[in-house]
Amino acid sequence: MREQAPARRHILTLLVENRIGVLARIAGLIAAKGYNIDSVSVGETMDNSMSRVTLVVHGDDWVMEQVVKQLNRLIDVVKVVDLTEEDCIEREMILIRVNAEAPNRAEILRIADIFRARVVDVTHRTYTLEVTGDEHKIQALLDLFRPFGIKELVRTGQIAIARASKAAPRKLEREAGNEEQVESKSTAGTP
Amino acid sequence: MKSLVDEGVTTIFGHPSGMIFSDAASDHPFKYILCRHEQVAAHAAEGYYKATGRTGTVMVASGPGATNCVTAITDALVDSMAIVVLSGQVPVGVMGGDVAQEADVVGTTRACTKYNFLVLRAEDIPRIIKEAYYIARSGRPGPVLVDLPRDVILKHAAFKGDPKSVAIRGYHPQLAGHPGQIKKAAELIAQAKRPVIFGGGGIIHADASEEFRELVDITQIPTTLSLMGLGTLPTDHPLWLGMLGMHGIYWANMCMIHCDVMIAIGSRFDDRVTGRFSEFGQQCQIIHVNVDPTSIQKNVKVDVPIVGDVKCVLRELNKALQKVDRSWASDLEGWYAQIEAWKKQDSRRYEQRGATIKPQYAIDMILRLTEEYDPIISTGVGQHQMWTAQLYRGHHPRRWLTSGGLGTMGFGLPAALGAQAGIPDRLVLNIDGDCSFQVTMQDLCTLVHYRLPVKTFVINNKGLGMLRQWQRQYPSSPHADLAHQPDFVKLAEACGVGGIRIERPEEVKAGIEKAINTPGPVVVDIVVEREEMCLPVMPTGVGTVDVVQVGETARDTSFPGWR
Repeated sequence: MREQAPARRHILTLLVENRIGVLARIAGLIAAKGYNIDSVSVGETMDNSMSRVTLVVHGDDWVMEQVVKQLNRLIDVVKVVDLTEEDCIEREMILIRVNAEAPNRAEILRIADIFRARVVDVTHRTYTLEVTGDEHKIQALLDLFRPFGIKELVRTGQIAIARASKAAPRKLEREAGNEEQVESKSTAGTP
Repeated sequence: MKSLVDEGVTTIFGHPSGMIFSDAASDHPFKYILCRHEQVAAHAAEGYYKATGRTGTVMVASGPGATNCVTAITDALVDSMAIVVLSGQVPVGVMGGDVAQEADVVGTTRACTKYNFLVLRAEDIPRIIKEAYYIARSGRPGPVLVDLPRDVILKHAAFKGDPKSVAIRGYHPQLAGHPGQIKKAAELIAQAKRPVIFGGGGIIHADASEEFRELVDITQIPTTLSLMGLGTLPTDHPLWLGMLGMHGIYWANMCMIHCDVMIAIGSRFDDRVTGRFSEFGQQCQIIHVNVDPTSIQKNVKVDVPIVGDVKCVLRELNKALQKVDRSWASDLEGWYAQIEAWKKQDSRRYEQRGATIKPQYAIDMILRLTEEYDPIISTGVGQHQMWTAQLYRGHHPRRWLTSGGLGTMGFGLPAALGAQAGIPDRLVLNIDGDCSFQVTMQDLCTLVHYRLPVKTFVINNKGLGMLRQWQRQYPSSPHADLAHQPDFVKLAEACGVGGIRIERPEEVKAGIEKAINTPGPVVVDIVVEREEMCLPVMPTGVGTVDVVQVGETARDTSFPGWR
């Protein structure tokens, strides 16, 4: 029998074949089973025959077990990892156009500065900003900008990566030659 | 073409068209069975697969040819039938231009196939054909579609031979069960006091009937089967309980309600088996063996899940159970006695009296009179299907063809056609309903053309019997009576098939015997009691406890158990 467990937000990271129709298969499966996708982002990996898909889905544990198993059943899906249980870094980038009338222009820039947002376009009445951060940071920024009037908002969807193991490396020189590991290390280092 | 020969394909069901296959199929070593409708071709491939164990192959045209297959492909997906559908497509260059007979077949069938391919280069054909057959028959079997644009097929690519092996990095069906889980299952079974074994269609797909019988014989545990699993245990086996589920045998369902350990093998806990999920299996520990991890924990909470091929798992489980020091039969005596007590109420009981034929009587007679031939039996969907399943007499797997998960009316004749094409020397019966039969009856001509002597018995209650039965509960549901039915005897004769009508109880035996002894295909129209109800019934959305028994209902306008 199904036990009622609270629904939680889950970040799934999938390694899939880089082929026509793969995203349609994933979206179709999730829609057919009646689950709702909060966000999805796709891109090639280092190996151009494979793509990385990051899915954010809401569901209780029972639903998530089924989602992961169903995704694994898709022949084009090579690997599925639920990052929710793991320590991971998640990021999303947004482009946001905010009303910037004369009295507010300085205040908007101050907030942008606090959030390390960059101005990418400016007019007499608007600022367009680029911001990167996790779910909470983005939400906080949106809450602060809402009173000024958000004219347009574009989001990339969440991407996430598991933190690399913090155990002290045994041989540093071996890792120096491995580009991928170095790369993931540097990401793990950002606050 | 060469790739198909290398896959061991000997028979192809299909319907050609100018777009693709007239050229491709003209010079070939296959038995090509041209059906009158593509749905029939694909159902025939299912029947062929289930009866022979070899993957069924379908070849159809682009556009309508492919879309007509969708029902049968979905049927194959739900019932795990290994079929490969090769569909024609317009040339690559004009794809997307809405040209004549173009349809997005890969998009259309994405949700109803195990996998599908669009071939864009002729040189990929050998690899894709190899992968298609591998995916179709491995793991949990299912339908695979290969969409072949016309120019890709006609291009003469140098055939470099088939790839020797298949490597798909995202697809690795798990065969061996986890040893720890198998050990746990064996321990649980060894101390069960009221165990029941529940087998499903997966046993047949894994060719594991022998191992399954061995399990039953070692443990002496009473055994029930789902609709799809019929045949994996002979119906005269002393531990055979009968089919379970919505229209299952009363004591089989009672065993499911009162057992303390349930050993579910190759089944997926369909709602027609369990009733309301929230009430099912609450009192017992469940061991569930299935090759498809998504079937486990989907509807029912399982205590010992084992993901693996049924045959591999059963071999290991049997080995473990053989080592168990327990006198099984004598330990379970109390449980047997309880079952015997339930058996006093035979839920299949019917009385043949009066001038009209009881459908159960007709079906029972067909099954009894043909038992010695060990026939392959296919059915349509509805009351006749459930009665046939309840009264079924069979001793071997791969003799029972029916549409379970999807419940596709019109499955009977095509499946029988496919089975007969695969196994020409065995008696093949199609026990059909009058409405189910009408869905695909145009293919009687195909039986004549290819000399397939299928014997069709139409259990004719002049309407949609199962729906009529439901209307008693929900009077507002749509009409189930069909005022105008064709004359099936004349229809058969028009197609060049023998026609026999049986209207009186005393004609039943002679009529059936005549049909069996008539060479070539025959249609027997058996006119039966219209209002007869299929009992017992466990209404949908209700727990297994509320099984309605025979005799409780008689001629009432409502079922006591439905209130």
